[in-house]
Amino acid sequence: MKILITTVAPNLESEVDPRFGRGAYFLIVDPATLEWHAHPNPGVNASGGAGIQSAQFVVEQKVDAVISGDFGPNAFDALNAANIAMYLFGATRTVRDAIARFNAGELERVGAAAPQRRV
Amino acid sequence: MKIAIASGKGGTGKTTIATSLALSLANVTPAPLFLDCDVEAPNAHLFLRPTFERRQDVGILIPRVDESKCTYCGKCAEVCQYHAIAVLGKKTLVFAQLCHGCGSCTLVCPERAISEIPDVMGVIESGTARAGITFARGMLNIGEPMAVPVIRQLKKWIAPESNQIVIMDAPPGTSCPVVESVRGADFLLLVTEPTPFGLHDLRLAAQIARELKIPAGVIVNRDGIGDASVDAFCAAERLPILLRVPFDRALAEGIARGQTLVDVRPEYGAWFRQIVAQIANREVVR
Amino acid sequence: MKQLVILSGKGGTGKTSVAAAFAHLADADSLRAVLADADVDAANLELVLSPRVIEEHDFVGGSVAVIDPDLCNNCDTCIQVCRFDAISLSHHVDPIACDGCAACVYQCPTNAIRIEPQIAGRWFRSETRYGPLFHAALRPAQENSGKLVTLVKQQARLRALDENYPLVIVDGPPGIGCPVISAVSGADLALIVTEPTVAGIHDLERALQTTAHFRVPSFVCINKADVYPDGAAQIEAHCREHAIEIVGRIPFDQTVTEAMVNGAPVTAYRADAPASRALRAVWERVCARLENGQ
Repeated sequence: MKILITTVAPNLESEVDPRFGRGAYFLIVDPATLEWHAHPNPGVNASGGAGIQSAQFVVEQKVDAVISGDFGPNAFDALNAANIAMYLFGATRTVRDAIARFNAGELERVGAAAPQRRV
Repeated sequence: MKIAIASGKGGTGKTTIATSLALSLANVTPAPLFLDCDVEAPNAHLFLRPTFERRQDVGILIPRVDESKCTYCGKCAEVCQYHAIAVLGKKTLVFAQLCHGCGSCTLVCPERAISEIPDVMGVIESGTARAGITFARGMLNIGEPMAVPVIRQLKKWIAPESNQIVIMDAPPGTSCPVVESVRGADFLLLVTEPTPFGLHDLRLAAQIARELKIPAGVIVNRDGIGDASVDAFCAAERLPILLRVPFDRALAEGIARGQTLVDVRPEYGAWFRQIVAQIANREVVR
Repeated sequence: MKQLVILSGKGGTGKTSVAAAFAHLADADSLRAVLADADVDAANLELVLSPRVIEEHDFVGGSVAVIDPDLCNNCDTCIQVCRFDAISLSHHVDPIACDGCAACVYQCPTNAIRIEPQIAGRWFRSETRYGPLFHAALRPAQENSGKLVTLVKQQARLRALDENYPLVIVDGPPGIGCPVISAVSGADLALIVTEPTVAGIHDLERALQTTAHFRVPSFVCINKADVYPDGAAQIEAHCREHAIEIVGRIPFDQTVTEAMVNGAPVTAYRADAPASRALRAVWERVCARLENGQ
């Protein structure tokens, strides 16, 4: 299984980055083995609909789930269409915590209703 | 003859000057056509008080994918320069706010699975205003990012009568909405204020005039509040200063209330008519 | 880390003067802030903050089509396909009209057209006496100002996150279109600077509708408040009706222009000027709101 987490810095010790479309890095990790690699978010500088470029990239990476703080409506539509599960960090601050809580099933999954239009 | 009024910096007095210019020409036959091209924050109607008679929704054509024909080949996404169409899993999604309405995806689809549907972004309206002025404006819908298609359609929608002077009130700034507004003008009036902010932005606005090859002249509004650097710049660039409007608290208060410059100080009417005559006779040289 | 964006709707109400004053007051209060000038068309914040440029970069906006006359067979397909009136009858592309959509590139039967990225401006990372400033200059007549705004803000945001700055102050552009939408993105709070004139009131309403659309909590400050008291009353009534707080009234004060001419924020130039005292009160209210989220 592969999950993707939006992070401020490209490593496991990083703080999580709360916004999917504008997150600085995408960290892709196997939550069982903790093998990971990181990519800079290709959509980070897109104006309007950053989430779409980011989502397209995520789909290409063939991950099973994405964890972030917030998914805008474009990103939501895009990830939903590709059947990629979306989870929210909630109060989690670091990547390691996020993985631990994901494994424990404690993270909130984003539901079927799309969030309202945001930037 | 088409005269555009722009500035670079916001709040220098474009609308004040543009509406006063229109009113000064109201006794000309036919009365001028006034286009409020600041579709994000249009204000000219507050001063010219038009009664709108015609109205039309405007927007661009965006793609609509027929899923029964789509093979998810991804060619549409490949050609789209704006990431407005994407193939994700077994769905092809269109993101309307990113679309520029170029039609490229529709043309390249090998299955002809894409048709185009209108996406409304704003509205254009026209009617008659004070002193018989023909008035038209555009208004961008809240939350829509792109002003340019609304401005473009406003200008195509309303054609001036022969001999009708057209006055185009541009938005602040120096990027694409301003260019779209002033494009086609015979002369560009740049309204500035004699301050460092005014000068900085006048330099940029003057470059637009140069890029678009439109002759330009300057109107210094609120003269006296700052320093002489705008004058020095205009002299160095051989940009004629066609009018100075000294700072005047009574004037500011009148404008705050919805009066134009010529409502508060009617003597400016003659100055504006003189400027138009100079422009028409090509007496204003860059 | 919180982001404050300063907007207006109408141009010229005093956003940059307020932003500069806040930069000074934040520093005076030892509140570390990163500054971002999001008005990339007409970037004026640098004129009162005297930044020292540390690094600068080209900004690639969109692209333009370029037609190779040697490969062109004059079929006119490009002209028919172009929706931006950018191609002349002699098959020359007008780089200002060209939107960079590449429709002509893909339709040209002889592959005579290529798409070339355009350098549309520059962006800068600078230091000022009040903190780091990220700013940019879009070349006149260019497109993609929204994209450049996003880049400037993203740089400011990342710097703030990296070095634990609690606040990013964004000096926004006028209007409500894509540069404003990009400036509003990620803001925790929007301060809308308005003036009590008919135009100011009209555009305030559109600015408030815009921030509401993007769910950014907003409040209002009335600049040049004494120029038209009826107008100020109208603003107050509108804000009451929509439960928007008015955080201050700044009187018309020629010191503001004097300070600008002298290249300084008005609060630094003369702390006891009426505008400075009013700005100090507005700043304190803004801080309270940012801290409490109330």
